[in-house]
Amino acid sequence: MREVAVVGVGMTKFGERWDKQLRDLFVEAANEALKDANMERNEIQALYVGNFSAGSFVGQEHVGPLLADYLSLKYKPAFRVESACASSGMAFNLAYMAVASGMYDIVMVGGVEKMTDISAPEATSVYAKAMDAEWESFFGLTLPAAFALIARRHFVQYGTKPEQLAMVSVKNHRNAAKNPLAQFQFEVTVERVLASPIVADPLHVLDCSPITDGAAVAILCSAELAKKYTDTPVYVLGFGIASDTIALHDRSDITTLGAVVEASRQAYKMAGIEPKNIDVAELHDSFTITEIISYEDLGFCEKGKGGLMIQEGETEIGGRISVNPSGGLKARGNPIGATGVAQVVEIVQQLRGTAGKRQVPGAEIGMTQNIGGTGSTCAIHIFGRQRR
Amino acid sequence: MTIFKDKKTAIVGYGSYIPRYRIKIESIAHAWGESLDMLKGLRVQEISVKGPDEDQVTIAVEAARNALRRAPEVSPKDIGAIYSGSESKPYAVKPTSTIVAAAIGAPMSVRLADYEFACKGGTEAIISCIAQARSGMIKYGLAIAADCSQSLPGDVLEYTASAGGSAFIIGHDSGDPIAYFEGQYSVGTDTPDFWRRDLIKYPRHGGRFTGEPAYFRHVIAAATGLMKELDMKPEDFDYIVPHQPNGSFPVEVAKRLGFSESKVLPGLLSPIVGNFYSGSSPTGLCKVLDQAKPGQRILLVSFGSGAGSDAFSIVVTEGIERKRDLAPKVEDYINRKKYIDYSLYVRFWGKIAL
Repeated sequence: MREVAVVGVGMTKFGERWDKQLRDLFVEAANEALKDANMERNEIQALYVGNFSAGSFVGQEHVGPLLADYLSLKYKPAFRVESACASSGMAFNLAYMAVASGMYDIVMVGGVEKMTDISAPEATSVYAKAMDAEWESFFGLTLPAAFALIARRHFVQYGTKPEQLAMVSVKNHRNAAKNPLAQFQFEVTVERVLASPIVADPLHVLDCSPITDGAAVAILCSAELAKKYTDTPVYVLGFGIASDTIALHDRSDITTLGAVVEASRQAYKMAGIEPKNIDVAELHDSFTITEIISYEDLGFCEKGKGGLMIQEGETEIGGRISVNPSGGLKARGNPIGATGVAQVVEIVQQLRGTAGKRQVPGAEIGMTQNIGGTGSTCAIHIFGRQRR
Repeated sequence: MTIFKDKKTAIVGYGSYIPRYRIKIESIAHAWGESLDMLKGLRVQEISVKGPDEDQVTIAVEAARNALRRAPEVSPKDIGAIYSGSESKPYAVKPTSTIVAAAIGAPMSVRLADYEFACKGGTEAIISCIAQARSGMIKYGLAIAADCSQSLPGDVLEYTASAGGSAFIIGHDSGDPIAYFEGQYSVGTDTPDFWRRDLIKYPRHGGRFTGEPAYFRHVIAAATGLMKELDMKPEDFDYIVPHQPNGSFPVEVAKRLGFSESKVLPGLLSPIVGNFYSGSSPTGLCKVLDQAKPGQRILLVSFGSGAGSDAFSIVVTEGIERKRDLAPKVEDYINRKKYIDYSLYVRFWGKIAL
């Protein structure tokens, strides 16, 4: 397996993009990435696209060739990958494999979702398709309700508090306020989070990631070719991919996401690092509780101490491990299929040192952690400024 | 788009009508088990409800009669056109304007039609009367803007959709003017933010899509377009009356246009009576006329889903002092109220099909 580098990234403004269709969003991000890599589109050998549910959101399946067509990638192989919220994290992994294996030298990987063409209740039903249709969503369980159950259990087992959940939202909003592509570029307070309407007790509206339109794209090539395109390639140092039970009730402990534990174990081993070596991480804060549990399952802190970690400010920009400088899913926005690569875009900018006002000082090693459903899929990638 | 330099095309009579029944949004929320927290953003406390014997026609007739009361110099025989703007006509085919014509004693030689453009049919009726009066086709025109606003039970629209409306008698170089039209500017695009298909009882809408790409885009485009044509700024206006789908949008749009809150509040009805659809901004205009001084300038901007906006610059004249007390004011109707609960609300509205 040869080494792989990210040489170009692009992302649309996230939010209610009523002015753009699914294909327009992807083309916008892809063109940004090509420009960033100083690359002609005909150099791209294959396209990998993460997309959760364009069929339900906009009535469009067969997304791979659609986007290849609109990018003028004629006759190029175009793959669409679906793994709920982890769709483009998984697509990124396949794109990495394609280059690492030597099958392709240069590939484009991205993600896109257009969610605002349907109403919020309809969108919630689409989200629920990421769960067990027969044993969860059929009985009325939704994703927010599932994570509310997880949060309540975490409260009971570890004494985590609603205020600590709210602090995740406060931090991520503060970071998003410095991100010109974020959906919510404003700050909130703990009081405001706790006063926002309840979605599923104990999760408030401001504990939940929003409905978002957007696309994000990265261009990968072999490490040998990287310097041809950029002075600041960002290398993939390791990855871990794992799955877990589709239904929450089949897990022995719902306060731990087993796929996250396993995927991170693989990733640390491959990269030859430990959690303490991570300078900056883009974690999957689909709900505030998810970020807190992820601190624990990724080994950033002891099990049960995630609430304390956010409270102590250890994950602020410039803290022990800066988490979600982009604003995360919560405030940068969560266009489901685009989220995984949006995380990569942020880490690449952080490691290049071009993240502007939200730059993590001296970031050398970064991580992306992309979760699907209630943790049934987890894709983790570790990046570095230097080759392994 | 059009500037009327002669200052001679004017409102010579205006009148409004609001049914007496009110329901508090708490009552609606209680019926549907909805959290009041979720409804805070609407900034609406209560809405008017049509009585069991009222509909869009009765509201139109009452408003027209009040407009005639404020125009004693106008004989119904001199009214050459009656246009009614609405999206809740009791008849799908058969005009409201014919019924109003009969009720007020208009002559047979009269031009009659109904306008529909969601919430801006009423201001289109005003534009038609302006055009026909200026061209000499009519001596006076009666423009009506009224609705018994429809809303699907349990939908967020139910917390704002209410009943009421206004009427305006418009003439050119005739009668005792209350306020003259100084300019008019319209915009329209194919923006499907809110609609009701044929044979469907209640409208549907695109949720948050009704905001930025629909209401804000069109209201702002029409208002800025008119101000540019007139070479005027927000400071040149004493009042702004935008369409009022809820209590927050009109205040927000005024702010974005550069108007202080004190200029939008005098014409703001929605927090206390809801959204009259076609009758919304026209009744806001009547509320401002009820209190404005001669020489003051008003920016009226309607919004109709689908979508479009009509903006008007209107300057109040001395006639207002002689005429405003000749008919009940908007405030009189606002204060005349009787609360009902959700069970009476659904009966008065005929929302339970028997």
